[in-house]
Amino acid sequence: MTTTFKIPGVEPLFTGKGWAALIAFVLAVAVLVPVLFLAVPESSPFHLSAYFVTLIGKIMCYCVVAVAMNLIWGYTGILSLGHGVFFALGGYAFGMYLMRMIGREGQYQSDLPDFMVFLDWKSYPWYWSFTDHFWYAALLVILVPGLLAFVFGYFAFRSRIKGVYFSIITQALTFAFMLLFFRNDTGFGGNNGFTDFKRILGFRISDPSTRAALFGLSGLYLAGCLILTRALVRSKFGRVLTAIRDSESRLMFSGYNPLWYKLSIWTLSAVLCGIAGALYVPQVGIINPSEMSAANSIEIAIWVAVGGRGTLLGPIIGAGVVNGAKSFFTQSFPEYWLFFLGILFVAVTLFLPHGIAGWINRRTKGGAAK
Amino acid sequence: MNPAIDITDELKSGTTSQGRMMGKGVDTSHGPILYLEDIGVSFDGFRALNKLTLTIETGELRCIIGPNGAGKTTMMDVITGKTRPDEGTAYFGQTIDLTRLTEAEIAHEGIGRKFQKPTVFENLSVVENLELAMKTDKRVRASLRAKLSGEDLAHIGETLEMIRLQDEAGRPAGTLSHGQKQWLEIGMLLMQEPKLLLLDEPAAGMTDHETARTAELFLTLAGSHTLIVVEHDMDFIGTIAKTVTVLHEGSVLAEGTLDEVKNNDRVIEVYLGR
Repeated sequence: MTTTFKIPGVEPLFTGKGWAALIAFVLAVAVLVPVLFLAVPESSPFHLSAYFVTLIGKIMCYCVVAVAMNLIWGYTGILSLGHGVFFALGGYAFGMYLMRMIGREGQYQSDLPDFMVFLDWKSYPWYWSFTDHFWYAALLVILVPGLLAFVFGYFAFRSRIKGVYFSIITQALTFAFMLLFFRNDTGFGGNNGFTDFKRILGFRISDPSTRAALFGLSGLYLAGCLILTRALVRSKFGRVLTAIRDSESRLMFSGYNPLWYKLSIWTLSAVLCGIAGALYVPQVGIINPSEMSAANSIEIAIWVAVGGRGTLLGPIIGAGVVNGAKSFFTQSFPEYWLFFLGILFVAVTLFLPHGIAGWINRRTKGGAAK
Repeated sequence: MNPAIDITDELKSGTTSQGRMMGKGVDTSHGPILYLEDIGVSFDGFRALNKLTLTIETGELRCIIGPNGAGKTTMMDVITGKTRPDEGTAYFGQTIDLTRLTEAEIAHEGIGRKFQKPTVFENLSVVENLELAMKTDKRVRASLRAKLSGEDLAHIGETLEMIRLQDEAGRPAGTLSHGQKQWLEIGMLLMQEPKLLLLDEPAAGMTDHETARTAELFLTLAGSHTLIVVEHDMDFIGTIAKTVTVLHEGSVLAEGTLDEVKNNDRVIEVYLGR
């Protein structure tokens, strides 16, 4: 009489193996890498170079962007081709703080950043107010991408803009912001953007220990984003997102208003990208409007497609593989990088429709990459 | 083979076999559960519905037939809020103006809809499909911390049995056969605990056996629920229908028992084509 079935939403957050892998990762980024970088002498074969730490730190920020993209595209089926704008806005918001912390160490030894002196500005524009306070800048990192995503998403989703139309307007959004930020009058350094950062919370940015700390934070943040993704996907909320991807009209006629579901995951995704941008800028040492270029946002989608959308680890694999290949190619054969990227995308679409993670999953029958 | 047409329990009201219907919401104290009056809908000059007037009594099982383009699906779109009529009034019970509500709000008021093409959440399991359809608080915050109670699970179990998908409970809905998807969608409708069910070609793609089972299910539901069934399969209609409405060019052409409409001269002319 009673039917037995697997109850939705009761499986553990991670399996024992999953927790072990996560803890190993956290220990690696927070303990192992800093020790190998800071404490092991340069002559030792185990020493990690500043180049390596910066590169991996940067890629981990990209991984977070891929994870955020996966939330909206992989699980909800909404392809954004403008996620670069949220990443860049987070970077710019934190970059304002970093610019203020240069103090009088700039080329013109002025209280104002060099680019403002160059433009002959006498004081900060109003929107630079309070950006010399770390916590205010940190708040902006969350609020600026979040508010933009919320307002943009509200009107787009309320008008039921879907599919390729949504992708195109997100592409237009990031392009419009790029043009805006290219202008010197906008007050964000024009096409040079922000660079030559000196200090963060009083620590010198060029210090190895500061680098190690930023690296560790990026790794911990990535781990946190993974746990958050898993928790969301496991909840009924996550199943509603899948339902939006499968059949939004069925969901509406079942009594759900998809607007708020789409808007909340979209805004969350944008905020995650913004924070990633804020961690990225001090590690890379520069933020400029090219981060908002259309191609950059498309590349984010490629990371997720290559890794496997709708899988937990796929986006991280994708961002890692593509960016690893990118740093190799742009050093060894710079002129062929874009060809390689194109071939990779076509090959994955044709031969691995579920990405690398999907391929591993099928090989191991529901194994580790799930 | 088919269950006999016996709708004597039509006036039976209130509780269902599931015993979970809510008593609030739609006010049907005057009898009819759905009033459509002079509904007009045009798409780029094409009049899909033209002064359509239709009243459905509470607990009725009404079949709607009509040639292609007669406006059957558009009528369902108007009732469920997908299409706003250009003119006319649509009321659910005495008080609920359907032309002012969104799809989700109408679903909450108690109107469930099955699409012509079976539409389920293909990447979710059968159980998860039923879970999402279940009548509950469907806002974001509630979904973030939703947990299924024992009662919910029992309810899902009952529905699984009713739609005969106990053995497929864990399978992704996308892997079900066409007929099974139809039943899953009907099951999802029942989980919503609607007062009024709109069923667009529910027996399409079913085997004879499945069709007979579906007819049986609908006859059980009638009385406690109100059903509007759009179908082309005359045998199926013969099994379940008491009253049949014929639509033609966006308005009602004839209404009556199946025999009456079959012998109606105008129906024969435009619909049966003789």
